[in-house]
Amino acid sequence: MRQGQGGDEDAGGSGESGSMGRGKGWRHAMKHVEFRTAASAQGGLVVMAGVPGVAAGSRVQLRDHAGRLRSGQVIRSADDAVLVEVFEGTDALDLERTWVRFLDEPFRLPLSRDILGRVFNGAGLPRDKRPPIVSADRRDINGEPLNPAARAYPREFIQTGISAIDGMNSLTRGQKLPIFSGGGLPHNRVAAQIVRQARLLGEASTEFAVVFAAFGASHADARFFQESFEESGVLDKVVMFLNLADEPVIERLLTPRAALTAAEYLAFDLDHHVLVVMTDMTAYAEALREVAVLRGDVPARKGYPGYLYSDLAEIYERAGRIRNRRGSITMIPVLSMPSDDITHPIPDLTGYITEGQIVLGRELANQGVYPPVTVLPSLSRLMKDGIGKNFTREDHPHVASQLFASYARALEVRGLAAIIGAEELSDSDRRALDFADAFERRFIGQGEDEDRSIHETLNLAWDLLSMLPPESLIRVTEEELAKYHKDTA
Amino acid sequence: MGRILEINGPLVKLELPQTLIGEQVRVGRMGLVGEVIGRDGGTALAQLYEDTAGLRPGEAAEGLGWPLSVELGPGLLGAIFDGVQRPLHAVRTLSGDRIARGVAVPSLVRETRWHFVPAAQAGRTLAGGDVLGSVQETASITHRILVPPLLHGELLELAPEGDYTVDETIGRVKLADGRIEKLALFHRWPVRTPRPFRQRDHAVAPLITGQRILDTFYPLLKGGKAAIPGPFGAGKTMLQQQIARWCNAEIVVYVGCGERGNELTDVLEFMPELTDPHTGRPLMERTLLVANTSNMPVVAREASVYVGITLAEYFRDQGYDVVMVADSTSRWAEALREVSGRLGQMPVEEGYPAYLGSRLAAFYERAGRVETLAGDHGSVTLIGAVSPPGGDFSEPVTSHTKEIIQTFWALSKELADARHYPAVDWLESFSGDVKSAAKWWAQAVDPEWEHARAAALDLLAASEELQRIVNLVGVEALSSEQRWTLESASLLKEGLLQQAATDEIDSFASPQKQFALLAALLEIHRQGLKLVQLGAPARRVIQLPLLAQARRWKSQHGSDDLEALKAKIAAIPEAFEPLLEDYAAGAGRG
Ligand SMILES: Nc1ncnc2c1ncn2[C@@H]1O[C@H](COP(=O)(O)OP(=O)(O)O)[C@@H](O)[C@H]1O
Ligand SMILES: [Mg+2]
Repeated sequence: MRQGQGGDEDAGGSGESGSMGRGKGWRHAMKHVEFRTAASAQGGLVVMAGVPGVAAGSRVQLRDHAGRLRSGQVIRSADDAVLVEVFEGTDALDLERTWVRFLDEPFRLPLSRDILGRVFNGAGLPRDKRPPIVSADRRDINGEPLNPAARAYPREFIQTGISAIDGMNSLTRGQKLPIFSGGGLPHNRVAAQIVRQARLLGEASTEFAVVFAAFGASHADARFFQESFEESGVLDKVVMFLNLADEPVIERLLTPRAALTAAEYLAFDLDHHVLVVMTDMTAYAEALREVAVLRGDVPARKGYPGYLYSDLAEIYERAGRIRNRRGSITMIPVLSMPSDDITHPIPDLTGYITEGQIVLGRELANQGVYPPVTVLPSLSRLMKDGIGKNFTREDHPHVASQLFASYARALEVRGLAAIIGAEELSDSDRRALDFADAFERRFIGQGEDEDRSIHETLNLAWDLLSMLPPESLIRVTEEELAKYHKDTA
Repeated sequence: MGRILEINGPLVKLELPQTLIGEQVRVGRMGLVGEVIGRDGGTALAQLYEDTAGLRPGEAAEGLGWPLSVELGPGLLGAIFDGVQRPLHAVRTLSGDRIARGVAVPSLVRETRWHFVPAAQAGRTLAGGDVLGSVQETASITHRILVPPLLHGELLELAPEGDYTVDETIGRVKLADGRIEKLALFHRWPVRTPRPFRQRDHAVAPLITGQRILDTFYPLLKGGKAAIPGPFGAGKTMLQQQIARWCNAEIVVYVGCGERGNELTDVLEFMPELTDPHTGRPLMERTLLVANTSNMPVVAREASVYVGITLAEYFRDQGYDVVMVADSTSRWAEALREVSGRLGQMPVEEGYPAYLGSRLAAFYERAGRVETLAGDHGSVTLIGAVSPPGGDFSEPVTSHTKEIIQTFWALSKELADARHYPAVDWLESFSGDVKSAAKWWAQAVDPEWEHARAAALDLLAASEELQRIVNLVGVEALSSEQRWTLESASLLKEGLLQQAATDEIDSFASPQKQFALLAALLEIHRQGLKLVQLGAPARRVIQLPLLAQARRWKSQHGSDDLEALKAKIAAIPEAFEPLLEDYAAGAGRG
């Protein structure tokens, strides 16, 4: 009994390692029976009476009086009452004329190589008018936690061609690095530029793929990405999962999971390097809150349930690398900060889970700087292990640290100048001001199609650091100063 | 045998009479394990350590008769366990890269034979905690085999020196009531019960972490409790990893509680490659990991910190100094909040139950330096990261923790943003152990330590005041002396407080190096002060090349290269001499 293995595998189940554990326990006896015992319905939840032995988490199919199908999931199960969450909601549901089937399996996604180039809805069904994916390999979209002892630490530098990222917050293969943004900021353009330009140094693009998931996004946003993929000619390497702003809210809870199931398949079964772009995590979290309120869960902060952290972690932690496997999942979630507030629970909890964040700022955007990366609160936690001598260039770690320090000090001076006037500043303070301006315009700012190599980025950094006196640059070594600083070189 | 009545998320209602609160249960055909958290007549409410999807009402359930316990014996060191002490390497062998449900593996490897050397004598009366013998588990750690704490009786026989597996019988004890108890190399202990000891001892020696802002400014004693609060990205994890890597404890228990998988992987990858600076052995030999990463089931998260502290106490009971780092205690508190929410308990602040404070206090109380049951001395030092939502230190977990601990290493977002690491805020942090630490420093390093530390802190506080003035009216409003104070403080921040974990030389500083640097920078301050008091403009003193040079000393001379550093320090007055001649003469003439 302890092992409980075998015997109960769903007949159509994959038997793949990827779904082995969660697949356990399901059986198919009930699948074909329709029940008409809905006892009550309210706010997306239906209570079914007299259906004993229903598996927790089972997928449910409801047929309403008009013959329309809705889907749902068992969230509580007892012999006398089964609580079902209906993704399309319970509006206009006539209890007397609602037929319910318990499919006795979790949400699964059929997988094959043919998913590349396809567009699915938020629940993983085709929305490109092409036939459904047929495969015996159907995986539970919830996935299973990766064993930390099986992970391989991400160490390979990805060049995005964007200086603010490569130079100061660099991305590594297998990292989860979100973009924190706000309404009206160019996060989509930045994400698209990363997808277009990302490549590994010294490696021809091998098997790569893009998984794009949109939840709560506008049609315009979805189209923007579609066109951007088309222009760069990678459409046949892209899998899309779209749940747009006017589509069922609860379905959003499935969308990132379906997308990541596809990503895991591409990465760890087909050895692809997968870049996952997800937008917008705020819409996801809001959907989660909506459901939590319906369920009556105790709220923690701002009405979001206490388990928002764990729930987000289940999604974000699916990025990474695995020992002895070739592929990888690099994740770039896009998230709009409500009222530009980084302490709001959604960016806050995200920052506690992801391996850094790229923060876009309104101030820079208003000054016409693209990409408006606010570097100080931005961070890449995996940068330290993927840059430097054997990865990018030996001076990279120190240059990055020096840019942060010098820019942070220059911003203090700018604040001071605003109060006492620039005329009152000392000579060295004035140099700092000039540095800040040049840094923002030339280093952070760049063209949307400008693809800078890491060497160009670092050389540019030295051009700017050379505006400051060498003795003020103590984060770089004396040897580096001698080699790269214009005053001493 | 009972059965499942209802499944609701991780909670299952069971028809299972006669179970106790806290008892382990096994339910369903998958054999999922959990613990009873509530009773009502013949039904029990249990929370399961694994995902409940696929469970159905009617499936079998059984009580196991014991509370959540850990296996304590040889084989712990170097291992990585999940939140309920399943060995993750073995789990991987069984279920692949992903953790499948219902995998049952014993915590300690059953096959390994350990070389046991007996120490106790048959015929003698034994009490709990007595040493039966030992196993040389790694080159640096002798694993003492202890009599289980609550046992008392006559040792009838003890196995001779030889190789035994952990569950072979190595001895028999006759209890007072005549029953005979078998002994093995390992025993079990319930994680929520503190392991007993004879009495608490005074903590006497500071834990040396090699991190200057910690050791020199906000010391923590062996057996003490510390908290590291800070917003995301401020450096909590790095600081804890630095401590795990460099501290002078004999055993380190690293608990990853609700944090990133890659951080554990990082530790798993770097620890075996680094050597313990104190024994020269691979660091992994003194380390054990407990991991419930954020994507692993939440219920086991609550258990993971108890598993960790019990493992720590077990090594303490062998007479070792143990450090446990918990990253992050906030995730544990949140897991507690979820359980209480499911039980329908009244939330008091931000959803947390009223007993949050007392739970935290009881947990931290398990730290301490003690006289063990066997009469040895051992300690558990507890260092918990705290992850306040929005970086707000007034939230419940941070504020309760702050009242419990003695040492508070507050991390600041502003410092982290400017990449000043470790981002320990020198004004917000505190340590209640400075007096005790001073005794050690005075003896082991330098009698001047306490004065020097205070002088440096005064300088930092003064500069904070002055900075406020500058921000209002500009630096021109300051006197030369005040401007020199600002410069000296900045020298302290950059040349002493800031310490890059990623810099090979700077990563660790011995107490001697810490004091040498501190004394040197203070000497520079005094020399400059003398000059400006003689009338030299601060601007001229600030331009001395020495000031830029001194900022680099920390990463130019390792702890084993103090002579070169001391030579530079001895030359400090020389650097000031030319200026001094100018102004001393000027003052004389005037
Ligand atoms: N002592 C340090 N030395 C060098 N870099 C550090 C140090 N502390 C933190 N960092 C940098 O900051 C990043 C975030 O630190 P981390 O400890 O993960 O923060 P937290 O756990 O508080 O979220 C790290 O990835 C590293 O780049
Ligand atoms: Mg951390």
